[in-house]
Amino acid sequence: MTSSNRTGPWSGPAIETAGLVKTFGDNRAVDGVDLRIEAGTVYGLLGPNGAGKTTTVRMLATLLRPDGGEAHVFGHDVVREADTVRSRVSLTGQYASVDEDLTGTENLVLLARLTGHSKKASYDRAGQLLDAFGLAEAADRQVKNYSGGMRRRIDIAASILNTPDLLFLDEPTTGLDPRSRNQVWEIVRAVVAQGTTVLLTTQYLDEADQLASRIAVIDKGRVIAEGTKGELKASVGAGAVHVRLRDAHRRPEAERLLRRALDAEVEPEPDPVALTARVGNDSGDGGAVAEKASRALAELARAGITVDNFSLGQPSLDEVFLALTGKHEHTGATSPAEQTKEATA
Amino acid sequence: MSATTTTAETAEPAPVHAESLARLLVAGERPPRPNALRTSLTFGWRAMLKIKHVPEQLFDVTAFPIMMVLMYTYLFGGALAGSPTQYLQYLLPGILVMSVVMITMYTGVSVNTDIEKGVFDRFRSLPIWRPSTMVGYLLGDALRYTIASIVMLAVGLLMGFRPDGGFMGVAAGVLLLLVFSFAFSWVWTMFGLLLRTEKSVMGVSMMVLFPLTFLSDIFVRPETMPGWLQAFVNNNPVTHVAAAVRGLMQGSWPSMEIAWSLGWAALLIAVFGPVTMRLYNRK
Repeated sequence: MTSSNRTGPWSGPAIETAGLVKTFGDNRAVDGVDLRIEAGTVYGLLGPNGAGKTTTVRMLATLLRPDGGEAHVFGHDVVREADTVRSRVSLTGQYASVDEDLTGTENLVLLARLTGHSKKASYDRAGQLLDAFGLAEAADRQVKNYSGGMRRRIDIAASILNTPDLLFLDEPTTGLDPRSRNQVWEIVRAVVAQGTTVLLTTQYLDEADQLASRIAVIDKGRVIAEGTKGELKASVGAGAVHVRLRDAHRRPEAERLLRRALDAEVEPEPDPVALTARVGNDSGDGGAVAEKASRALAELARAGITVDNFSLGQPSLDEVFLALTGKHEHTGATSPAEQTKEATA
Repeated sequence: MSATTTTAETAEPAPVHAESLARLLVAGERPPRPNALRTSLTFGWRAMLKIKHVPEQLFDVTAFPIMMVLMYTYLFGGALAGSPTQYLQYLLPGILVMSVVMITMYTGVSVNTDIEKGVFDRFRSLPIWRPSTMVGYLLGDALRYTIASIVMLAVGLLMGFRPDGGFMGVAAGVLLLLVFSFAFSWVWTMFGLLLRTEKSVMGVSMMVLFPLTFLSDIFVRPETMPGWLQAFVNNNPVTHVAAAVRGLMQGSWPSMEIAWSLGWAALLIAVFGPVTMRLYNRK
């Protein structure tokens, strides 16, 4: 019954797993996951539904027992030292992890009491948290009457009540409108700024892009790519060049020209006047790609092929994701929705 | 998507205050870990809050017991004991035991409906004495059992129940019943965690409760029953509890029956407590 120590002597990673496995019957939900997450960072676990994100988080939060491999949180084994791990982490589940029958205040006081605060300190802290989260007016309403965004807030408020060293956020913005989503992001940034490590799972690429410094792409229980955002983007190529021609019948000629000028794969798109080239696998340098692209455009102009529209896109995480999971699943994923900065030629 | 953003959308929440949030996080000191009693009582408080917010759930501890007393007293009283009032002297302690033991099954139902909710994940990821969540339910339920007991005794007194044991005897009887019910509830916490739906919990509860409460000495003395049934009835824990409560309320001290009741209570906790906690940890 010792009071927990905020900054222990531990200087290693916040989370380290080796060959983590969890099976449900025949389904290997988590199939050998290796992660290393540095303290004080936001780490994104990105993957589609059923990829094994939640199962991984539940094992790390001591809610599920791994069937194989090892996991350490701040150097503590999640099975053998579950209680120590619990004193350092906090979990915001995919569905609101608060009692819907209770009011906002009651929920926070309940948790404050359970973490050892005195009655007065519990009410004080609950009040301060509700104020900070903009929920003061809803303090005495049952959580079941909260909007989706408010539920998320009370949920995160409950999670940071005791200033955890590690916060698990399992799909924190699923089902939220864009405004509430931005507010959740703001909260996460404020929490991280205070030194809390965050493990975030998400199926939204822009969310990982916005918050995480490193990302693991997870699919079918395995990590299929890991790195910084930049590294992941570079792994699928520096970018994509999109060209729209005026005349459809000049396309084969334009395709040949572009392939030579860009030294890259050029694919005709379903639209009979459009072409897409993936460029820069070698260097990952955006500037070089732009230079190549402008030379290619000059070649087209010399050949008398009119270009109606041209754009050079940074690969989005969307593309990274589809490139990785598409290859993995052999689903023949269709071309992703591009988020490109258009430049009309 | 809109299913999650329900009614209260009209009242736009105020913006988040990042600075005060940051201050709170910095200022957040971690107090020492609370002990088992404290966390159990805190979960008991949660159960009380639920009763406060959903008072309709007290229906089963008020209307149901009243119905039981009235029905069985006037249905069987004349035939079994000559008059309802005479029968009531024998019946009331037993029917009290029966009603309260039957109400215990709602523990299983509430555990079962709760466990699916996200809040359980939060409780389970807290560094606290693990059984306190379950003990909290049972403490809340103990209040419900007390309410049921008071309601039934009040109705009984109005109908002519005159216990020789006086206030102390009646209070001792109720206390013994509460102890047994607390222990017996661990059966339902187990089923609440084990079974998949609320309906199956109800189904199993009824299968257990009907024979256990009817095949006892609550309605009639076992002497007229066939031998094999007597063997069951005389060893049924509910019989022991009913006999002990009846004895206490009548002003005697049925030490054997009290010992049997407490022994069963201890056994039930010893068996179903660990099983419940195992299921809880594995859920």
